[in-house]
Amino acid sequence: MTDFLQLLISGLATGAIYALAAIGFTLLWQTSQTINFAQGEFVMVPAFLALIAMRWFGVPFVASLVLAILASMLLLGVAFRYVVVGPLIRRGVLPLVISTIALSILLKESVKDFYSAEAQTFPTLLPDTLITVAGVSVSLAQLGVLAVALVTIVLLQWFLAGTRTGRQMQATAQNPTVARILGVPVERMILYTFLINAALAAMASLLVSPIYLAKFSNGETLGLIAFVAAIVGGFNQVRGAIAGGLLIGVLDNLAAAYVSTAYRQAIPLILLVLVILFRPQGLLGRREERAV
Amino acid sequence: MSARNSLLIGLALLVLLALAPVDLNDIGVPYPGLRRYGTYILTLWLVTAIAAMGVNLIVGYAGQETLAQAAFVGIGAYLTAIVTKAGVPFGVAFAASGLLTFVIGIALGFPALRVQKHYLAFVTLAFSVLCWLVFRNEQWITGGVMGIRDIERPSFLGWPLRNHIRFYWFVLGITSIMTFVLWWIVRSPWGRAFTALRENPLRAESLGVDVRLYTLLAFALGSAYGGMAGSLYAPLVEFIDPSPFALGPSLLFMLMVVIGGSGTFLGPFVGAGIAVLLPEWLRAWETWYLLIYAVLVMVMMAFFPSGIVGLATRLLARKARS
Amino acid sequence: MTALLEVRDIEKSFGGVQAVCGVSFDVHEGEILGVIGPNGSGKSTLFNCILGQLVPDRGTVRVNGRNVTALRPSRLNRLGVSRTFQLLQVFPELTVRENLILAGQEHRGSRLTRLFGARDAGLGSEADRMLDFFRLRRLEGEKAGSLSYGQQKLLDAAMAFMSGSRLVLLDEPAGGVNLTMLADLRERLEAINRETGVTFVVIEHNMEFVMALCTRLIVLAEGRIIAEGAPADVRRDPAVIEAYLGH
Repeated sequence: MTDFLQLLISGLATGAIYALAAIGFTLLWQTSQTINFAQGEFVMVPAFLALIAMRWFGVPFVASLVLAILASMLLLGVAFRYVVVGPLIRRGVLPLVISTIALSILLKESVKDFYSAEAQTFPTLLPDTLITVAGVSVSLAQLGVLAVALVTIVLLQWFLAGTRTGRQMQATAQNPTVARILGVPVERMILYTFLINAALAAMASLLVSPIYLAKFSNGETLGLIAFVAAIVGGFNQVRGAIAGGLLIGVLDNLAAAYVSTAYRQAIPLILLVLVILFRPQGLLGRREERAV
Repeated sequence: MSARNSLLIGLALLVLLALAPVDLNDIGVPYPGLRRYGTYILTLWLVTAIAAMGVNLIVGYAGQETLAQAAFVGIGAYLTAIVTKAGVPFGVAFAASGLLTFVIGIALGFPALRVQKHYLAFVTLAFSVLCWLVFRNEQWITGGVMGIRDIERPSFLGWPLRNHIRFYWFVLGITSIMTFVLWWIVRSPWGRAFTALRENPLRAESLGVDVRLYTLLAFALGSAYGGMAGSLYAPLVEFIDPSPFALGPSLLFMLMVVIGGSGTFLGPFVGAGIAVLLPEWLRAWETWYLLIYAVLVMVMMAFFPSGIVGLATRLLARKARS
Repeated sequence: MTALLEVRDIEKSFGGVQAVCGVSFDVHEGEILGVIGPNGSGKSTLFNCILGQLVPDRGTVRVNGRNVTALRPSRLNRLGVSRTFQLLQVFPELTVRENLILAGQEHRGSRLTRLFGARDAGLGSEADRMLDFFRLRRLEGEKAGSLSYGQQKLLDAAMAFMSGSRLVLLDEPAGGVNLTMLADLRERLEAINRETGVTFVVIEHNMEFVMALCTRLIVLAEGRIIAEGAPADVRRDPAVIEAYLGH
């Protein structure tokens, strides 16, 4: 039982990180019909931006984390919006899909060629000290990750539901045409979504890298988990992405303990298949009207 | 172009391709033919083109996205390698590869296509990773990362195909047949229905076109082309391991078809040619190759989303008008 | 006389807003029924419920006595019900002729004959007839996307008749069509109705067009039928005038 509780807490910690990546993915899809096949790489790159700041320019650790988030918002937010998505949005879905696939290769190869092909250790803010409460030991680092991720998610929810800009963004996500008629500055809202996505991905990156090391190929797994979390939770909702992320985090940790490590990666995939078979609208999603 | 003209041009190309690796000096033509490696590259191009034709049917004609073509190639390759080593004739292995991947295509596509656009992309993405895990982990049958070596090249009607030129001719023959079959399909009412469901599924449905069924057929057929390409790939390279069937190569299949020109008949051949030859030409740049390729794809999507064949058709049409 | 199309108590709401509240009507063989009403009166929702594009919350739709409620559009079409869409819906990359053949091919033969049989699915002469009838003959080899708006509208209508459907639902056929083309379109529709006895249900904004074309009208307002009858009577109905002027 205590084992189980320990696994549950560490599962929630990684799950909260996955949720960050999945939320951004869902937001992008909703507001601009952009399916970002480079989402995994978006979670891989910011850690390297921080490493570059630290190792190449000698910037202190905390400052490089902030720099990494800002640089990600510029690179993976603004530049992604205007250089990659902008020219393609009117060309239809396929060119955009292909272009984000190419972007994922570009980011992966750039990190490999310009930084390193080896996995990099990444410092953590909180020490790995174990705390034991009622026989359950959890590391301070894990609790920290969980706390940071949850605070980010709560802040984001508050922003979306409680502020004027947030509500305008939601209106844009639900129906851009109607939002435009109601006077919502749709273009600006779309840009905000890209910025938020980049910031969330950067947060996820800085939180996940101390646990799994930073490596150029991390994006494949992370991207897959972000898609799966978004779909499992319900493709059209932010809370779905959160639930999906947490669920996969927990399952992933349980699987690592109880199932063979060789097929640990398969767990989220099997979950995806089950959801599509039995509850295609996602765990928290509403059934949409017939697509065809 | 009329059907007769297309067929004639196709036959002429076939003769040229058949002669490409042969030394023609004996019959008085100053052409030295291709060396062993050149012939191998040419064969690899044909095999890649078969799988790419399948992707084109799914992406270019039916308007869906598949991220598992390399996995289907892998299924065909492993199946062929394993059963031919057990003494099953190649012809049977080839047919079984096509059939198995067709059935898997139906099983994957059916739930995914009930939902909405893009779900097929996610399901195939997941499938691709699952396959790779199986190829890598089930050592007892796939050999794991050590792979399967010494895969025999088959003989055809008692004619051994060990020789690289003979094997090339064999693959060329099969490619021609599969090209003809696809050409027939896209010209039939099925092809018209495929185009319709890509352009406007809602309207197609209202005209009695069973959009779900046709999409499923396109996906299963396209995947079967992948499986059959894999069946040829195994005896071509004579050694297989999991790496060419991972997610990355599946993504490259998508890119090559769009670069060549998705929804155009020749697009997959051009795209496969680039994908096979570019790494050869950029040998010196080895590590940079994928980086350059990715940038090219993004630029191409922004300016010529119809691909090389689409661009060439447009330029030719403009020239014809002026 | 049994009705060709029988609509009973259709209800449909979207997140608390009742778009259609209990609409019932019959359509008889050979008539041209117009469905009119101010914007937001539920015409399009009703149409989509009848055609299986939306699943109604309550109510039934019968064609020739057979319950077809919530049947998928492709199945419904193969039972002999065609439609056009409010926004133009032809296949721009296919030629005019190919568009017509596509519209009929799923009604001929089997899945296998459509793969191995003739390219035109045996619809060549039918397509010729339609090209002549809608005066599109000289455009048959052009890509549909290169046609003028009015020509595409004619093609769109022609496609609805390729399957030999006995019931055709037209969603705003006159929208965006210029005056000469409009007269042309109306005259062609009337001719087809006269010659083959095909039944029409037409949603339309253009009053003049509806009044001239239809033999009977249904007026919708706020999801309910408020008037029904011959065009001339409906025009004088105070409830109708109120519904139109009140908004």
